[in-house]
Amino acid sequence: MNRIITHFHEKPQENLAVYFTAGYPEINSTLSVISQLDQSGADLIEIGLPFSDPLADGPVIQHSGKIALDNGLTSAVLFEQLKSVRTLSGKPLLIMGYLNPFLQFGPEAFLQHMESCGLDGLILPDLPPEIFEKTFQKMFQRYNICPVFLVTPETSESRIRYIDSLSKGFIYAVSSSSTTGSTGGIGQVALSYLGKLKALSLNNPVLTGFGISTFNDLQQIWAQCQGGIVGSALINNIDKKKADFGIPAFIQKLTQQSNDTSTQ
Amino acid sequence: MKSENTQFSPDPDGFYGEYGGAFIPEMLYSNVKQLQDEYLKIIESVEFQEKYHQLLKDYVGRPSPLYEATNLSKKYGARIFLKREDLNHTGAHKINNTIGQILLAKKLGKKRIIAETGAGQHGVATATVCALMQLQCVVYMGSTDIIRQAPNVARMKMLGAEVRSAESGSKTLKDATNEAIRDWINHPADTHYIIGSVVGPHPYPDLVARLQAVISAEIKDQLLLKTGKSLPDFVLACVGGGSNAAGAFYHFLNEAAVCLIGAEAGGEGIKTSKTAASLQVGKKGIIHGCMTSLMQTADGQITEPHSISAGLDYPGIGPLHAWLYKSERATYESVTDDEALNAAFELASLEGIIPALESAHALALLAKRSWKKNDIVVVNLSGRGDKDLATYMKKLEKNE
Repeated sequence: MNRIITHFHEKPQENLAVYFTAGYPEINSTLSVISQLDQSGADLIEIGLPFSDPLADGPVIQHSGKIALDNGLTSAVLFEQLKSVRTLSGKPLLIMGYLNPFLQFGPEAFLQHMESCGLDGLILPDLPPEIFEKTFQKMFQRYNICPVFLVTPETSESRIRYIDSLSKGFIYAVSSSSTTGSTGGIGQVALSYLGKLKALSLNNPVLTGFGISTFNDLQQIWAQCQGGIVGSALINNIDKKKADFGIPAFIQKLTQQSNDTSTQ
Repeated sequence: MKSENTQFSPDPDGFYGEYGGAFIPEMLYSNVKQLQDEYLKIIESVEFQEKYHQLLKDYVGRPSPLYEATNLSKKYGARIFLKREDLNHTGAHKINNTIGQILLAKKLGKKRIIAETGAGQHGVATATVCALMQLQCVVYMGSTDIIRQAPNVARMKMLGAEVRSAESGSKTLKDATNEAIRDWINHPADTHYIIGSVVGPHPYPDLVARLQAVISAEIKDQLLLKTGKSLPDFVLACVGGGSNAAGAFYHFLNEAAVCLIGAEAGGEGIKTSKTAASLQVGKKGIIHGCMTSLMQTADGQITEPHSISAGLDYPGIGPLHAWLYKSERATYESVTDDEALNAAFELASLEGIIPALESAHALALLAKRSWKKNDIVVVNLSGRGDKDLATYMKKLEKNE
């Protein structure tokens, strides 16, 4: 059984998934960040594999990715770092990156390395579901890696159902038409779209990401689907001068009611 | 403009052989799917064709002349013809595409236009048609290019476009394209992205090739009148993304007797890291939603190209060219910065024409081969050199 699937059986609601960029802020901070996220209460962890030309990302993730690449992070370096990750965390772990580094590493080798590090899922936003189905689906199954696909407010019902049929683990709902790190919060459009997704009774749980940065955002998302995904907001709050990178304080602020309205 | 190049047209998924496709994040799916479903219907309609050709004639000044360059012919010992795309309104072939795409955008009901630009020629051509059609226009341009192509920035502003600086990566064409795509993700409903070359996700490579195909359609007619033959022996064109070459090759792709040669920007040489010769030094990979030959690291990170010509400074190449190269239908040679500069000065002194640095790469192919007296050689002179005067002046000063 894959850890992502098991996880949603045990905790179907109020999940927090957190994305961070591997190799950021320091080349060797990847494992410490995972450990901090695990201990602070993140339910799922998305390990961002940086790419030189990240089309779906806003300035915050672009910047962290550039620093990680300048630090020398590559797919090979990441897999080397992740060899011992299962001694630190039992949480579902995913890699989120772009298609080209996956192709250049070699799809089979990439999935094989993921399996041997004990990773559970892979999100490649620029891998079209049709190409996945034709070329990679069996390979993902062979290495027990969950493929996670995105849906957006523009995705038609028939396409959502198609994506649901290919996805394993969860579906990644993009909250609005935007790149990552938008600061608009969760509007009515997003909420009614999530309501529609809920009504479709999909096979997979739905986690919602893009534009989630506050306690309020997360509460609204939790009311509509199985959890929220936070990325840019965490990266913005990573403080490399602190031993814990400021991660526990950030996660606490995100998941607990605070009287400090200035964070809203 | 009918789909006659079956062998060299993309399949329904946008693949030319193993190249092409639409590797886009889901956020772009609806927009790209709409284009895929509609583009052929729209651009092959009588209504579109009439408007497009009327504007090309009255506004752009087509057909562009096919000029027999007698002094150049004498020097190289062949019959050399120049297809004068440099004489188009705005000074390059780029406007053939923007006229077509603005009509397409209007048909799709879009209110806002975005574009990327490197040297600024495509930005100017887009700003021009947006003024013509009274649509809002935003052009993304790398901050490095904004400085080195200042006159084109001024032209775009005078034409009413907003020029936004792309500050990521190398701050050149690749990054401007990333920013334009991100803008499109953020404005899916009202915005059309006028891409400037035969690159990007399907259907753009085919759409832009068809809109540029007017170049080779005219060459056929004009050559017949001038030589009694509609087929040349050789067609030479420069290739960055490859839109002018796609247009100049298009109607000859199924004519095996016509030898098609593309000039890639070799920069300081393909043995150095300072090159933009994507076919010679690249490896198959994905850039801007398209599988093609790509300059990249072993880890799959896209590297920074170098060319003296901002318009050829692109780490990828249109998937049609990757396929023509792989299938050996066309050949591609790399031309260095110095060879291009020399070719530009040669054309200026022999024919009284100052070519764009991009087009000078195609001209430089003339010196790289031996020709037969009766060879009919068409060089696509894709743009004029006004924008490159600063670079040319530097060479003049060096020579003095």
